[in-house]
Amino acid sequence: MSDLLRRLTEARGVSGNEDEVRQLIIEEVTPLADEVRVDRMGSVIAYKKGTRSNKKVMLCAHMDEVGFIITRIDDNGMLKFATVGSIDPRILPSKRVRIGDKAIPGVLGIKAIHLQEPAERERAVKVSQMYIDIGAKNKEEAEKLVKPGDYAVFDSECVYFGDNKVKSKALDDRVGCLTLIEALKSSYPFDLYACFTVQEEVGLRGAKVAGYSIQPDMALVVEGTTCSDVPGVDPHKHSTRMGEGPAISIADLASYSNKKLVSFLIQCAKNANIPFQIKESISGGNDAGEIQRAAGGIMTAVVSVPCRYIHSPSSVADLDDINNTIKLVQEFLKGCEAI
Amino acid sequence: MRELIKKLTSIYGPAGNEELISQAIREEIEPYVDEIEVDVMGNLIAHKKGNGKGKRIMLAAHMDQIGFMITHIDDKGFLRFSNLGGISVPYSINRRVMFKSGLAGVIGYETEIDSWKDITLSKMYIDIGASSKEEAEKLVKIGDVAVYHPLFSESNGKYISGAMDDRAGCALLVQTIKNIESTPHDLYFVFTVQEELGLRGARTAAYALEPDIGIAVDVTATGDTPKCRPMAVALGKGPAIKIKDASVLAHPLVKDLMISTAEKHNIPYQLEILEYGGTDSGAIHLSRGGVPSGVLSIPCRYVHSDSETIDASDMENGVKLLTKILEENIDFNDIGLS
Repeated sequence: MSDLLRRLTEARGVSGNEDEVRQLIIEEVTPLADEVRVDRMGSVIAYKKGTRSNKKVMLCAHMDEVGFIITRIDDNGMLKFATVGSIDPRILPSKRVRIGDKAIPGVLGIKAIHLQEPAERERAVKVSQMYIDIGAKNKEEAEKLVKPGDYAVFDSECVYFGDNKVKSKALDDRVGCLTLIEALKSSYPFDLYACFTVQEEVGLRGAKVAGYSIQPDMALVVEGTTCSDVPGVDPHKHSTRMGEGPAISIADLASYSNKKLVSFLIQCAKNANIPFQIKESISGGNDAGEIQRAAGGIMTAVVSVPCRYIHSPSSVADLDDINNTIKLVQEFLKGCEAI
Repeated sequence: MRELIKKLTSIYGPAGNEELISQAIREEIEPYVDEIEVDVMGNLIAHKKGNGKGKRIMLAAHMDQIGFMITHIDDKGFLRFSNLGGISVPYSINRRVMFKSGLAGVIGYETEIDSWKDITLSKMYIDIGASSKEEAEKLVKIGDVAVYHPLFSESNGKYISGAMDDRAGCALLVQTIKNIESTPHDLYFVFTVQEELGLRGARTAAYALEPDIGIAVDVTATGDTPKCRPMAVALGKGPAIKIKDASVLAHPLVKDLMISTAEKHNIPYQLEILEYGGTDSGAIHLSRGGVPSGVLSIPCRYVHSDSETIDASDMENGVKLLTKILEENIDFNDIGLS
């Protein structure tokens, strides 16, 4: 698992530019599925035919990650950029990125503190104040390496550290992709559609068309979600807590989980002695929002791995939480047909 | 009508938790319709058959109400919550709430805050009288939802209660179902779910039903109180025919059908332009290839508080107008706009 998670998180796949991670996922799922297709939006749909029933179950994890897009090259060879997906600009200065198909290295730069006006120092840093430095002498040199419209992605290696923890970019939602790949290793009575969606971070777009085209009987979304169990945060704002198991969502801003699926997930966890937690916030949203409202409506639920420092190059997750999420999804799949 | 409104506003049913109100409405209408079902999202869909010569019409009123979802239980037994739909801080301070079990609570806030302006929902809590986490957990769990404690009053021809939005609309549809003597149209009365979270139930129901026309019935704001935000809608001047809100521009055919029917039968009405907000027609009119849609609105003061106030005569006239619209033939050519 640890090697596959490393490859998944290190693969580049900013929303709208998921080529590299898509290729990796296709290679991983092709031996496991009966049919693998890429839909018109670019999502990978791995289909595994059921052994006896015609019920359709959809698993969904998004393969895209937050990142950047180059908007302009200045005369001095510095690149201006915009964020793709939601990123707190305050975490950006001095972070490393890779740009374009050739993975050109760059650094996110900002004017030094002693050169900032007093008012600038007081305010949170904005994306417009920053640039990407690729070491180019001038615009002409920079243009040989990059062009406006190129995507940039956090340059961050996956590191296993501490007490069973992993640090990497894109744990949101490569942990979900990993869970789906693991699920494809078993056979099920029903037809399984494992969907690795595109463009979740820019508005649940891949899931919208995937949900519509598959119209499953039920869908389980596997996510990486916020975890704020850190110093200075009141317990009621933690959302999830690291190491306490997969987080089951009752509702968030995009979907209200189907109650039968939620009870079944809880029952699965209890029966198999898998630790779990109920997510203690309803902020944010994920692919379940679009899937639930596809066509005439679809039963959905969400299981998430808690991830600290999400949407940064150094998100952190607990390996037991990841393993227990994989287990919980497998337990769910064993019995969900009866729901 | 008074008893129906009182009954429907008293029943628990926040967004995503519409089981009890759905059951109550079902019991009211079942004898008057041909078929009734609950879809995957939880929408209650009642079908009243036509003679095959009319339109396929979807009527929508949402069953859900705004609420408070419990997100955390602290060591002392106080409950933290998030808003489910458009809950506002000032309308909630020290208000009483009710859980599905009937359990009551009071909304408090961290009083060390200097100014009322600094109060946010994350600095508020619900006090259910528990003295420890263990005690609280026996009564409530994470994900449970509370609603404003229902209390119905009548004052000078006005009805006052929480959840008028949109149980008043549900009551209007229920009464219309009971009143309709015969109709050429295939009528689908949909009591929708999760409107307060983004018109979710209406979206999937409209997709499934593929109606020719959509009409939502919901409350709307008024401009008839001291120094209020200007708006040309007042209590007691009749049901409001929507021109627009932030979710929909009423289709001219549907809007004009409503106006011409009101005029033909001398039913008072007013025209409504709501500069914010939206309702189920916002989702219905964009379903599949598009559905001509309009909205019949019930003027309502203090929307999204526990004292939403409507006028009894607006309800009576609303039922009269909707009944006439649904009983008569609809030929868009007749109103000169096809």
